[in-house]
Amino acid sequence: MLRIQGLTAEVDGKQILKGIDLEVPTGEVHAIMGPNGSGKSTLSYVLAGRDGYVVTGGTATFNGVDLLALEPEARAAAGVFLAFQYPVELPGVGNANFLRTALNAVRRGRGESELDAMQFLKLARARMKELNMPEDMLKRGVNVGFSGGEKKRNEVLQMALLAPQLAILDETDSGLDIDALKIASDGVNALRGPNFSALVITHYQRLLTYIVPDRVHVLMGGRIVRSGGKELALELEASGYGAAQAA
Amino acid sequence: MAAVTETIETVQAATEGTYKWGFETDIEMDFAPKGLNEGIVRFISAKKNEPAWLLEWRLKAFAHWQTMTEPTWPSVHYPKIDFQDAFYYAAPKQGPKSLDEVDPELLKTYAKLGIPLKEQAFLAGVEGAGESAADARMPIAVDAVFDSVSVATSYKERLAKDGIIFCAISEAVHTHPELVQQYLGTVVPTGDNFYAALNSAVFTDGSFVYIPKGVRCPMELSTYFRINAKSTGQFERTLIIADEGSTVSYLEGCTAPMRDENQLHAAVVELVALDDASIKYSTVQNWYPGDAEGKGGIYNFVTKRAQCRGKRSKVSWTQVETGSAITWKYPSCVLLGEDSVGEFYSVAITNNYQQADTGTKMIHVGARTKSTIVSKGISAGHGQNTYRGLVRVAPTAKGARNFTQCDSLLIGDQCGAHTVPYIENRCLTAKLEHEATTSRIAEDQLFYCRQRGLTQEEAVGMIVNGFCREVLKELPMEFAVEAQKLLQISLEGSVG
Ligand SMILES: Nc1ncnc2c1ncn2[C@@H]1O[C@H](COP(=O)(O)OP(=O)(O)OP(=O)(O)O)[C@@H](O)[C@H]1O
Ligand SMILES: [Mg+2]
Repeated sequence: MLRIQGLTAEVDGKQILKGIDLEVPTGEVHAIMGPNGSGKSTLSYVLAGRDGYVVTGGTATFNGVDLLALEPEARAAAGVFLAFQYPVELPGVGNANFLRTALNAVRRGRGESELDAMQFLKLARARMKELNMPEDMLKRGVNVGFSGGEKKRNEVLQMALLAPQLAILDETDSGLDIDALKIASDGVNALRGPNFSALVITHYQRLLTYIVPDRVHVLMGGRIVRSGGKELALELEASGYGAAQAA
Repeated sequence: MAAVTETIETVQAATEGTYKWGFETDIEMDFAPKGLNEGIVRFISAKKNEPAWLLEWRLKAFAHWQTMTEPTWPSVHYPKIDFQDAFYYAAPKQGPKSLDEVDPELLKTYAKLGIPLKEQAFLAGVEGAGESAADARMPIAVDAVFDSVSVATSYKERLAKDGIIFCAISEAVHTHPELVQQYLGTVVPTGDNFYAALNSAVFTDGSFVYIPKGVRCPMELSTYFRINAKSTGQFERTLIIADEGSTVSYLEGCTAPMRDENQLHAAVVELVALDDASIKYSTVQNWYPGDAEGKGGIYNFVTKRAQCRGKRSKVSWTQVETGSAITWKYPSCVLLGEDSVGEFYSVAITNNYQQADTGTKMIHVGARTKSTIVSKGISAGHGQNTYRGLVRVAPTAKGARNFTQCDSLLIGDQCGAHTVPYIENRCLTAKLEHEATTSRIAEDQLFYCRQRGLTQEEAVGMIVNGFCREVLKELPMEFAVEAQKLLQISLEGSVG
């Protein structure tokens, strides 16, 4: 269970998160929607432990572990995965090498044995096939020269390989074509189960017809202003955020 | 900030704990008396039982050296070296013997360094098999130079079957005097520069390679230099000749014990490539870099030069410079033969208080000669890293081409990177291109890696390796893996 209580955070001295309260029980998928600049990415960075995102109050625990006390890599080892809104390019770093290093780091954290190059390739090829990704993406530099949609697919591939317990997807649907959207959603749905939770950040109700959320939250001005069932997304699409806040 | 103290501590732990080559071998040694004078030059020559011509050659170099002054143009700073306060000859008491008879202490030393001195069964026909890492490992012939002497050379007999000469240069002086005399000092003349003159006077050992006409050397050749004795300079001399149509790949590695004092390594390496010959020369330089405060470490003042004398000949230098307190080194190519090719691929890392002033010279003389320079400088801590490169095109070099790319990566804000290109083009039809960039490891790259479970150190290592990829891929595969690990170790603790 992810439990966030009274979480406040600032960036460059500017208060962005103004008291977030949110609970995602284990096994559930929650969606977060909200206008541009409302603090959605900030929340995901704070949960993942990015430098410069300073927590000024509140708590965030995952399965009882105080996330805020951990280094980013320790959070990853604890099962937290963030699919970036803007995936980062690593010139010269081969995608396969990166993925294997990441997978082995996380496996080490879980007390599992590391995979050698052959074992990894077998696994990666299987996942890529499911995601309909061409194999040559393994050979290219991490995200270098990838199209916007390819970058997002690469994030989903990483998630599928690392098999996290908590996935935070920050606008992973933005930039994906219709087919890719379905495939990516299948990737998330495949992980769904009693030990998997997700926070899905999106601007589009459409995604939520593929990844059906247990709850939908509206984040505005650094606070969760409204929560509801999956039908809330439809309502937002129809009437906008102004109405959501008023309600 | 807490992060800063943490960084300092990690850097200290890193430098004290991770230079795992820093041990000393306890072995009975023979020394020359301390200091430098004509008597010492004669002493060294006598120790090696050299012919008269070589002693003459040394004495001439020594006389020349005495008239010279230390170069001050490199961007490196260090207290004046007292050339009288060092030993110029140090050798294990037991002289060089066959592989089976080498002192077990020395064998242990090399085993500890991970250098294979034992010959494995060499299977005919494995040459072409080395496509993937899983395939049988290619044997590597090693010449092991310990302080002032070569203590062992492996695979000599196997190589001799192809007419290849691979041995200590002190041995070649006796077994192949005509070749040594014909080529020694023809690429780097005795009076070329201060350190080359010093080396010519007091050089003690190094490797000699001759690849006969049309022969493709069936295995990697390598020399492993080890400085062990205290207060001792190492003056290595290497000479490689690739006769017409031959091919060879050669690698050198180097390490030294951790000491508070600075020790001098002043090498001269000469390469000669005749018509259609090709030499690939790779260096993984891992001399002791000094501690986190900049105390101790090797002064690596080296002259390396190749002459592409033949038509369509090719020389490729690849260097990964991670060690040394100070590196001063410009592996160069003189492109005399028409259509000859020179390449220089370099990674130089300076962490803590290390200084590097390194680069290359590409001298185009022959028509349609081509050169490529790819330099990757990485500075961390208080490290200072200078790329200094000269591209000179003579009027005769019609249609010559050069491509230069210099990239600098900065880690932290107390280090420095400098690019000093010199271009002298006297040929209208030559085409020269130069690109340079300076960047920092971006916070978002580090965070991305760490979010995927990599530690800060692994993340830096991975990003730096990516930055150096174009150079690392030039290394023979087994050394590329070593070099990658070395890059990460060298930078440990550099980001907090
Ligand atoms: N370094 C910074 N200094 C000042 N303000 C910042 C800084 N970084 C982010 N912000 C502000 O924080 C607010 C929240 O940004 P955030 O990226 O979390 O929004 P978001 O909800 O993810 O928006 P979008 O839907 O556009 O992705 C924005 O107003 C942004 O301008
Ligand atoms: Mg955002």
